[in-house]
Amino acid sequence: MKDLHDTARPWERPLLRSPFHPRMEALNRHSSWAPWSGWLSALDYGDTEMEVSAIRNTATLYDLSPMVKYRVAGPGAEAMLDRLTLRNVAKLKPGRVQYTGWCDDDGKLLDDGTLFRLGPEEFRLCCQERHLPWLLDSAIGFDVAVEEVTEEIAALSLQGPCSASVLRAAGFDIEALKPFQHDTQGGILISRTGFTGDLGYELWTGADAALPLWDRLMEAGAPWHLRPVGSTALDIARIEAGFIVAGTDFIPAEQALREDRVLSPLELGLGWMIDWEKGHFTGRRALAAEREGNTSRWALVGLEVEGNVAAEGAIVYRGKRREVGTVTSAIWSPTTKQSLALALVEAKHAASPDLWVEIYAMRELRYAKLMQRARPAPRPFFSPARRRATPPGAV
Amino acid sequence: MRSALVIGGGANGLACAFRLAKGGARVTLIEAADEIGGGARTMEFAPGFRTSGLAHLVHGLDARAAKEMGLEDHGFTASAPLSTTLPGDTPITVSPRGEVTGTDSAAWDALHARLSRHAGRLAPFRTMRPPRLKGRQDWRKLAPTAFGLSRAGREDLRDLMRLALTNIADVAEDELTDPRLQGLLAFDATLGAWAGPRSPGTLLLYLNRLAMGDVRLPAGGMGALATAMARATEAAGVTIRTGTRAERLIVEEGRAVGALLSSGEEVRAATIVSALCPQATLLQLAGAPALDTGIVRRARNMPFRGAAAKIHLAIEGDPGLGDLTHRIVLAPSVDHVERAFNPVKYGEVPAEPVLEITCPSAHDPSLAPEGRHVLSIIAQFAPHAPKDPAAAASAFKEAVWRVLEAAAPGLRSRTLHEELLMPSDIEARYGLKGGSWHHGDFAVERMLFLRPFEEAAGYAAPLPGLWLASAGSHPGGGVTGTAGWNAAEQVLRAA
Ligand SMILES: Cc1cc2nc3c(=O)[nH]c(=O)nc-3n(C[C@H](O)[C@H](O)[C@H](O)COP(=O)(O)OP(=O)(O)OC[C@H]3O[C@@H](n4cnc5c(N)ncnc54)[C@H](O)[C@@H]3O)c2cc1C
Repeated sequence: MKDLHDTARPWERPLLRSPFHPRMEALNRHSSWAPWSGWLSALDYGDTEMEVSAIRNTATLYDLSPMVKYRVAGPGAEAMLDRLTLRNVAKLKPGRVQYTGWCDDDGKLLDDGTLFRLGPEEFRLCCQERHLPWLLDSAIGFDVAVEEVTEEIAALSLQGPCSASVLRAAGFDIEALKPFQHDTQGGILISRTGFTGDLGYELWTGADAALPLWDRLMEAGAPWHLRPVGSTALDIARIEAGFIVAGTDFIPAEQALREDRVLSPLELGLGWMIDWEKGHFTGRRALAAEREGNTSRWALVGLEVEGNVAAEGAIVYRGKRREVGTVTSAIWSPTTKQSLALALVEAKHAASPDLWVEIYAMRELRYAKLMQRARPAPRPFFSPARRRATPPGAV
Repeated sequence: MRSALVIGGGANGLACAFRLAKGGARVTLIEAADEIGGGARTMEFAPGFRTSGLAHLVHGLDARAAKEMGLEDHGFTASAPLSTTLPGDTPITVSPRGEVTGTDSAAWDALHARLSRHAGRLAPFRTMRPPRLKGRQDWRKLAPTAFGLSRAGREDLRDLMRLALTNIADVAEDELTDPRLQGLLAFDATLGAWAGPRSPGTLLLYLNRLAMGDVRLPAGGMGALATAMARATEAAGVTIRTGTRAERLIVEEGRAVGALLSSGEEVRAATIVSALCPQATLLQLAGAPALDTGIVRRARNMPFRGAAAKIHLAIEGDPGLGDLTHRIVLAPSVDHVERAFNPVKYGEVPAEPVLEITCPSAHDPSLAPEGRHVLSIIAQFAPHAPKDPAAAASAFKEAVWRVLEAAAPGLRSRTLHEELLMPSDIEARYGLKGGSWHHGDFAVERMLFLRPFEEAAGYAAPLPGLWLASAGSHPGGGVTGTAGWNAAEQVLRAA
């Protein structure tokens, strides 16, 4: 048989296998996989309900390796990233992580992601989409080197109320690690970050050190029933946490085919990121004009929806009649026992007390059509105190 | 308008500074070279022989600038419009009004009238801000032009639309039979462009050329034009400082507020106008970090493919090229021009370049010693980035000599001095990147609201406080001052 890995036609090649793949494959009972940025990623390991429950009650492992990662290093790295991203990178100390975003010239969001400061002149940028050409062009005029390191770095997300206990048992010292800090121990970078809005960590190491890390954690985590989780469970947790995803809750500006589909960070509720005082950054002029002219057209809002049906893909109405937006993500939240949604709503209606969503729920080959009240609610929808507690409690 | 700093003392910088001063601004103009003029300078290339060092024909000089600057009062004179000679067994002469000798004259007349009509309707676009691609449109300004177009009548308009994007070779071959006249059209359409006569859009380049009007030789060389412009500019109250290079712009809180000079001095002004290459202005003077990444991309992607070389010859006696008061074009057919272009696509040198020859000393004897002449020649096409520059230069020189010797046998033996400037030499001496005639390729996709690129097309740079006013902006190159004048109008309007 022809070896497709060697084919000259990349689109015929099988998806890349994560460094953790041998372990993941052995546990993935339904072979439930999905592509993620060219990699094979687990959708679930056979029981999504149990996986969600584990995220909120015990501890879970999620393979983050396909996350796109860039190394940005050099004397000009800080200045280059300040010009690229919305937040103030000069304020990001080594050992810390920023959740940030970056825009095109028109002030429309290209992506969001996490920026790790590894040293005075070294950073790692992690995100959903690929941006190398944009980053390279953004590096012009700065003394900095940018390279993609996605394949070199394996990463696991360890999330859940027992995650600190698992790390302790595995021999890591995480007592002093606060949210958005990181520390390197024995060649493994541990950051107190995650996508669940809960107590949790992410562990980063060389691809060749991946399997020993997995084994070490799974072994140490056994008393807490540490289990791997797939993207379906994680997606439920991230909606509870109120996080947005590129391609789902916003169309990255570089990918939008329709001129009016691009969104600014002000519209996406990320205005808090923008440091207006730090000097120039790409998109600043457009964003300043948007802010001054009050011209934001959309607002990303969290909605608590009446009833117990997820409002996936629903149209948002004001006063049941007037279309004012679209639900971008929705779940029945097992943690809050509520129907939760993220929606893009016309800015002027975003705070209306009279919002409704029209849900078409398939019930045994028939649609049940529901018009449910939806109340704007602050995000995160779920935010346990343990998320921030330092040192984390022992459970 | 309080104060303005104009960077670059070419024709555009001078015209811009003058207009701003007339508009009430306190203007300082800085020029890196010791002499004003940029591409419009007179040089002594050999003892006793002076010539226009780069641009040699006055073509399309902005009528507003010429009139309001009172260039004649400041000592500038030019020849009458030049006729063009196409050498051969029976030379063909094309008069400034477009009348030709020879058998093809009826066809030429018809074509010339037709194209001149179209050019006349496009001409008003040259002196206005390019219409916007999107957003607010100044219809009051645009309407007369649009109206002029519609008055052209349906037939005419359809003809223009049909022609607009075609190539000059098709038109020449459809409408004319004489290979030399076809060759002249092909030559004139592609002069200063990175295009052969079969490249799309070259008909539009020819219309632009016609819209710029007739060509004349300046007394005292092109430097005399720049000198007159400088005098007028100073008389209008502008402070001109030569030998002063802007190293960097001073950008504060996202706004250009001044420039750091080579002397170490800082000059601040309410408005900064850069009348040099848009790319250098944005990437070197402003610097990428002060701009949005998309703008950096646009500026970086500007093509600079100069393909014209300049040759200066000092001749003993009569060069033997016929009437020296004429412009002489050696481009015997469309194919000659096309073949001269083909190799430069690959960085190579053509075997038989095509030439525009002028004899400045035939109009202004003071440019050469008694009994001698200077020839100023533009030779196309020369590669802007050959693999081996020295080898390319010597091969190009020999190729030019083959063409010249065929036209005027013995000319080389009567040549006392010669100078060849390849595009890279032009870049080194005059600062035109890539030797580009227009401070960036001039082609359909780089005209009007796409010149130098969409986000900078209205003369306002994508950096508040900074304006662009060189040939790199609409309506492109030539020693005309039009881009500078247009830019000044926009600056004054915005103030
Ligand atoms: C081979 C050739 C032949 C040509 N022949 C003709 C012709 O016959 N007729 C014609 O009309 N046109 C001709 N041109 C085109 C013409 O020369 C240019 O289009 C014209 O010079 C452009 O004018 P400008 O004012 O925009 O720029 P320039 O003339 O290039 O002037 C820019 C000025 O800015 C100065 N400068 C640059 N950097 C700095 C700095 N950092 N600080 C301060 N000053 C700075 C430069 O020294 C220069 O003086 C020819 C071009 C070429 C290449």
